[in-house]
This record gives sequence, structure tokens and C-alpha cells, in this order.
Amino acid sequence: MEVQKADLDITKTDTTLRLASKGDWTIATVAPMETLLKNYFKSSQIPSQIIWDFTHGGHFDSAGMMLVIAFEDRFKALGSHVALTGFSQAQSNIYRLLRQNISETKPSVKRTVFPLDLFIHLGERSVKHYRDLLAFFTFLGEATIQLFYYMRHPSSIRYKAIVKYIKSSAIDALGIIALTAFLIGVVIAYQSAVQLEKFGANIFIVDMIGISITRELAPLITAIVVAGRSGSSFTAQLGVMKLTEEIDAMRTMGFEPFRFLVLPRMIALIIAMPLLIFFADMIGIFGGMVVANAQLHISFDSFLEHLQNALDIKHFWVGLFKGPFFAWLIAAVGCFRGLQVSRDTESIGKYTTISVVNAIFLVIACDALFSVILTELDI
Amino acid sequence: MKKSIIEVENVVTRFGKNLVHDHISFNVNEGEIFGLLGGSGSGKSTILKEIVMLLRPTAGKITILGKELDTLTLEEAHLLRTRWGMLFQSGALFSPLTVSENIGVTLREYTNLEEDLIQELIRLKIDMVGLPLYAADLYPAQLSGGMKKRAALERALAMDPKLLFLDEPTSGLDPVGAQEFDDLIVRLRDLLGLTIVMITHDLDTIFTIVDRMIVLGDRKIIAQGSLEEIMHSHHPFIDAFFRGVRAQQRKMSVPRSIYGR
Repeated sequence: MEVQKADLDITKTDTTLRLASKGDWTIATVAPMETLLKNYFKSSQIPSQIIWDFTHGGHFDSAGMMLVIAFEDRFKALGSHVALTGFSQAQSNIYRLLRQNISETKPSVKRTVFPLDLFIHLGERSVKHYRDLLAFFTFLGEATIQLFYYMRHPSSIRYKAIVKYIKSSAIDALGIIALTAFLIGVVIAYQSAVQLEKFGANIFIVDMIGISITRELAPLITAIVVAGRSGSSFTAQLGVMKLTEEIDAMRTMGFEPFRFLVLPRMIALIIAMPLLIFFADMIGIFGGMVVANAQLHISFDSFLEHLQNALDIKHFWVGLFKGPFFAWLIAAVGCFRGLQVSRDTESIGKYTTISVVNAIFLVIACDALFSVILTELDI
Repeated sequence: MKKSIIEVENVVTRFGKNLVHDHISFNVNEGEIFGLLGGSGSGKSTILKEIVMLLRPTAGKITILGKELDTLTLEEAHLLRTRWGMLFQSGALFSPLTVSENIGVTLREYTNLEEDLIQELIRLKIDMVGLPLYAADLYPAQLSGGMKKRAALERALAMDPKLLFLDEPTSGLDPVGAQEFDDLIVRLRDLLGLTIVMITHDLDTIFTIVDRMIVLGDRKIIAQGSLEEIMHSHHPFIDAFFRGVRAQQRKMSVPRSIYGR
């Protein structure tokens, strides 16, 4: 059946307004009618008597009839008498259906005014963050209790899972870590080469690269890559398990999620991170070496020879020492956010983002803390 | 006098300002199929989660197999967990494991059985719940809804538990599948001497296999007992639920005696 265009004839006498609907008033065709009625409503004086005729009207769907009802109510609100005539059976059915379902009063949305809502928002956020923090401590406490359980029952340690996570979060990450560490080495070497050449202090590029890479940059870059790769995947993995009730199922079967899911991930990262940092040290220094050779003509041999004197071994140890702490933070935040996922699909994405942002922030904050403490201790 | 296996006494549950349970008490006897009924939001799932130690009630006492849940040590809690099985609404099978690995996971973890015997037990259980043997090597994502439920039921039964908890076992199944599942539950109860607690909305299940039940509403238990006893109470929810059109049709079309034990 062909859909006919909606139309409306408006004829007006002194006391009476005659409206005649024509054609099909459906969701696809009714929009121009709304404009027409609205404009008429705005521009003209509304007489006290209105007769709305539907004899030539075709099919009315709920959108079309809703428009009729809306304007019927608006006319009535002005005190006019409205008569709807010529309804077919179908039209009158839909009219009655809609009339029955329109709630009498629309619920008014309560809005707080401008300066006040700022404070309300601020308060709510503060309480939320405070609760988040408490929940995180609860999580860490639980993890610690379960760690003691591991110690008392070494046979319950999930060695297989630990190895699996070392593979997925360290070995599989070697490529990207090599690439970023190499580029960082190149960047640092390049920038310092330009400056050092001005002073004729070419050879000090070795000190520059050796110390900055091993002490600060390799640990930080590695931690950021791991937070992005593994922190997010921990959150997503645990989040999905939470969503499908697998975590609840584990609990009812006596598989404590901390022992089976959280701790293996934490331990795997804690083992893997120092190794990754060592790897990043090597590659980063190599990157610097390549640039030093190309820009300042320092051969690999003399670079390495000078490195032996310039790089105090303590810088290297400090870099490695930070690894387990970064790893612990990343794994803890990743798992904690994963377990926070609630039963809607949107929250996995939300918590994964939060987890990565939190992890990177905490890693940098922790690094700053180490920087201050270790420097004060003259290490 | 039947021995009661689960005793719930004066349990109060509160989430923030929202009071879910206001002093509810009931007990479940050995060997019965016990239904938890109620409209949505009435706290059926919550009380079930409290019974299986996924949640802690705000106040009150829950005793299972003579152990009070609140005073358990980690080891005791663990022991108790190995004596029950739970079937989740969506199955909650471990997605990286195949069906047979899912079923074997508790056996491998908690027993020192030989691998041969474990395989044998898994095959036996697969047969018992009526899954085809080829399903053993499939992953949960490859199963249909009905098969998932059967596989999950199987996993819940792996350790030969005394107690079985079911969260809407027949939801999402077609009427034939639902009836088969009901029959399966009764058969398993009779064969294995299980005590079964289930959340259900399914009138067929309630009319045919549930022995006793509680109906939750208005934060309280609005009725408890056998189907006849429930039918005698007059609460709007019970009127709507048991005396609605569907329930009336249900009663007329299938006399209870067909399923009587």
C-alpha cells in the first residue's frame, strides 16, 4: 500500500477553526504537520470553537496520533472547545490507546542551581574516591592474607599460571620494549650529542646515557609499557570473569580468586619486571651507542670502555630495585579494577581505562618517591 | 522428624539504606527440593548468595550441615565448599577450559585420583546429565544454552556434593528442555540423595518438582511450606503468581499426580 503524504487543511471563520487531516499521519510523514501546526499556533488567534475532522485521514500511527493529542490539549489549555470528528475504527482505537497511557502529570526534573551543584558534585566525587581508596586497601589486605596462605602451603602456589603470565606479560612484550627502549636511547643520545658537542665534551655522552637509562628511563618506560599491555589485560580478563559469574563460581567451588587469579599475576610481574628492565637497559644503551657512533664518532669499543668507568653499578641496581615495586603496583591496580567490574558491559571498558591511568600515575608517583628518598640517602 | 541441613535464622541484609531482608528465618530439610520464590528485587538471589558464602548478611545466623557460617575458619569454609555445588543462571563455565576440563577441575585440584579414574568419572557424569560424549571436548562458547546448563550442573556435581544450589535452572530453556531438566533434577536427587535449593520462576517446576518453598516479598517471607500451604495464604503477589491465568491453565492441563513420586 502506497503511503500518502500527510496534509492538513486549515479554514478559519470568526468563531470556528476547521482542521481537516488528510493522508497518512505516520512517523515518516508527520514532521511537516508538526511545523505547520506549531506555526499556526504561534501566529494566529485561536477561536473558541475547533472542529478537527478525520474523515479523509488515512493511517495514523502512534506518532501521528500523539501530535493530534498534543495539539488537542494545547487548544483546550487555551479554553477552546475541541471536537474530533470522523474517526475511523482504527483511528479511534489508537486514540484511546494513547489517551489511556499518557500519564497525567509529567514528573518534574529536579535541578540544583549552578553554584550549589558544583559542591554537591565535588562532595560526591570525594566520597567516591575515598571509598575507592578504602576498597583498594581491603583488596591489598586480602591479597596479603592469601600470600601468607601461599607461604604456609607452598603446594597451593599456581606455578603453571605464574609461568603462563610471565610468558604473556614479559616474553611476549620483549619486542615492543626493545623498540621503545632503543628509541629512548636514540632520543637521549641525539639531544645530548648536540649540546655536548658545543662544549667539546663528547665523551660524556656515555655518562649521560649510562646513568639516565639504567637509573630512570629503562625502569619507567618498561613499567609504562607493561601497565599498558598487562595492566589493561588483567583488568579485562578479570572483568569478563566477573561479568560471566565465573569468579562467583570459583568462590563457591572453593577456588579463592586471590590465590588462583590475583597472586599468580602479581608474582609473575614481580619476577618479570626486573628482567625486563635489565633487557631495556641493554637495548637503551645500545641505542645510545649507535647515535654516539654516528654523530660523535665514538666507536663502540671506546664507548663500552668508558661506560665501565662512568657507570657506577649502584645506578643499575637502583633501576632494577624499582622493578618489583612497579610490578606490584601495576598488577594490584589491574586486578583490583577488574574485580570492581559490575554487571554491565560498559563497565569493562571504563575500568580498563581507569586501571591503565591509575597504574601509570602510581608508577610515576612511586618513581618520584624513590628519586627523592634515594638521592637523600646518597645512593 | 527430618534432619534440617540449612538453617537460616533472623537474617537481616542491608545495602546502604536499602533494607533487603528484615529478619527472615527458614530451614531446608535433608533430601528435599526447596524453592526460593519472589518477585524481582525481593532478595532471592541475595539470600542464596549469603548461603553459599558469596555475601555476608548484615545480621543473623546461617547454619549449614551443622556449621555456622560466621564462625568458620578458612579451612572449615573450604571443606564446606567442597560439599556443595552451585549452578549459576548463565552456567558460568570457565571459558578457557573445555567441558571435560571444567568438570574435572575440582577433581584434579582436590583429590589425588589417577588421571584414568578422573577421565572415567568425567565420562560417567557426562552420561548421567545426558550430554552427548562429543561435548566433552567442546568449549563453553560452542555449546547451546541447554547444553551449557547441563555441563554446569555436571561441574556442580563433580565432587558428589550433599547439597546443590540452582539459580533459575530452567530459565532460557524451551518448555521441552525445561521439563527434561526438571526430570533430571528429580532423578539426580533420588539417585544421589541430594538436597536441592533453587531459585525459580518457572510454574511448571514449582508445580511438579518443588517439595517446599518460601516466597519472599516486602523484605519478609510472605509464605512458606508446601504448594498447598502456600496456596492457602493470601498475599497480592501469591494471588497474582499462583492464581493468575497461566497458573490456572497450568493446574488444569497437567494434574500433579502424573509427576507424583
